[in-house]
Amino acid sequence: MKWGSYMPAWIYRKTFSMGLSQRLSAISPKTCIRWLKAMIWLGALVPVLRLVYLGVSDGLGANPVEFIERSTGTWALVFLLVSLSITPLRQLTQQAWLIAVRRLLGLWMFAYACLHVTSYLWLDYQFDWADIVKDIIKHPYVLVGAAALLLTVPLAATSNQQAIRMLKQRWKSLHKLVYVIAILALLHFWWLVKKDVTEPVIYSVVFALLIVLRWPLLSKK
Amino acid sequence: MLLDNNRRNPSGILPSEITPQALFEQRRTVLKAAGAAAASLLLPTQAYAAQTLDFQKTAYGKEEKLTSFEDVTSYNNYYEFGTGKEDPAREAVLLKPTPWTLKIEGAVKQNKTIGIEQLMKLAPLEERIYRMRCVEGWSMVIPWVGLPLKALIDWAQPTGNAKYIEFISYNDPRHMPGARIPVLDWPYVEGLRMDEAMQPLTILAVGLYGKVLPNQNGAPVRLVVPWKYGFKGAKAISTIRFVEHMPHTSWVKAGAREYGFYANVNPSVDHPRWTQSSEKRIGSGLFAGRIKTRMFNGYDEVGQLYAGMDLQKNF
Repeated sequence: MKWGSYMPAWIYRKTFSMGLSQRLSAISPKTCIRWLKAMIWLGALVPVLRLVYLGVSDGLGANPVEFIERSTGTWALVFLLVSLSITPLRQLTQQAWLIAVRRLLGLWMFAYACLHVTSYLWLDYQFDWADIVKDIIKHPYVLVGAAALLLTVPLAATSNQQAIRMLKQRWKSLHKLVYVIAILALLHFWWLVKKDVTEPVIYSVVFALLIVLRWPLLSKK
Repeated sequence: MLLDNNRRNPSGILPSEITPQALFEQRRTVLKAAGAAAASLLLPTQAYAAQTLDFQKTAYGKEEKLTSFEDVTSYNNYYEFGTGKEDPAREAVLLKPTPWTLKIEGAVKQNKTIGIEQLMKLAPLEERIYRMRCVEGWSMVIPWVGLPLKALIDWAQPTGNAKYIEFISYNDPRHMPGARIPVLDWPYVEGLRMDEAMQPLTILAVGLYGKVLPNQNGAPVRLVVPWKYGFKGAKAISTIRFVEHMPHTSWVKAGAREYGFYANVNPSVDHPRWTQSSEKRIGSGLFAGRIKTRMFNGYDEVGQLYAGMDLQKNF
């Protein structure tokens, strides 16, 4: 196919006269970060805007509360796994600047986890604290979910430059909690499903893969 | 002479060869009927689902606000068609609810079969508006059309050895994508104690909202026991077996710690996953919250069936 016939001449020239890979590596990391962050914002807003749209247009199905709980929970887990993929991705692609988007991904995980818990406390239980406490104590899957959320709070609170500077080495060990959170979140999912474990299996395999990819990094130390 | 004849009848067709008008018109109706038969072969489920039923109204659940037809027929647990709530409505189109024969066997005078049409005539069909409480913590109000299970039991003539009834659902992996996966031990098996089965509230439903059952709701015939969790309601029943010992039901086999044989709605017996003291009423909207779950789902009259039984242990 001749791209030239579909493209304005100046774009064609700029893109192909230099060679694509050359062009890409010529872009400064700063520009890359800015574009990637914009894309993450866009991608992260789509699921929540979709829920708002479906809610307004009566498209959330027979059990809208369950729909919102499932959706926000799934997206929190997705952002958690995507943020965990940054380190192995940096290693594989040799693009050190990728680290700059990890915080944003982590904060979106926190945002969806908060939406998830809000839909549970408000839409599902109408802030009936007696029932909520009973539910948390009696049902292991709710308990591990609650624990996972509580553990994300200190991480979100220390996700700024100032905290990094103040905590120094301790910041790194504090943020290792993310692995504990991931395991608790996956347990939450496993124990929640009645019989069909397909989805928890998929997410667990992805998590295991992300851990295995860290192996060379850990053994180097 | 021959020449003369030809002159009077220039086409040369003998009068005896002409099809009489009556026969000619009959041929058209035959063709029409053949066309209709071909169409019904192509669209058996649609033709079945369009059928309205003759039934009597009853006082059951008159005061309840019905869950919409849309919600009742699009949010289903029917694992033979997949584990997602929307799967059955999409996948169950392949099921052919007619012709349908139920096998009656076990502790009966004589093993026999009954066609779905004959079953519908065992007793006058009634509308029963029942609350349905799912073990997962949600509920609906459904206007079933059916007949008391007792009518079939009387027809089946069980012997003195019949202490329980086992309901075995239709199992056809070719037309049921979920039945190809061992999520549960197929076929789906449910059961009732004889006195529970004879209770006037227990019905075999053949329809809802005045029409025959949609496939995703268990066409052509399913069990409805309104004081028990929804999973007791075996769908697309193909065999009814009278037995002496408590049947091994599918969900008990899948997890005896979580699901009991009795499965009576009981807000004081909690489930390891779900709160059983309250429930979400489907169709109540995003901000309606939960309603309190009642003992025996509010059907107090069944309490006497369990007099003296520890319902914490026999959940």
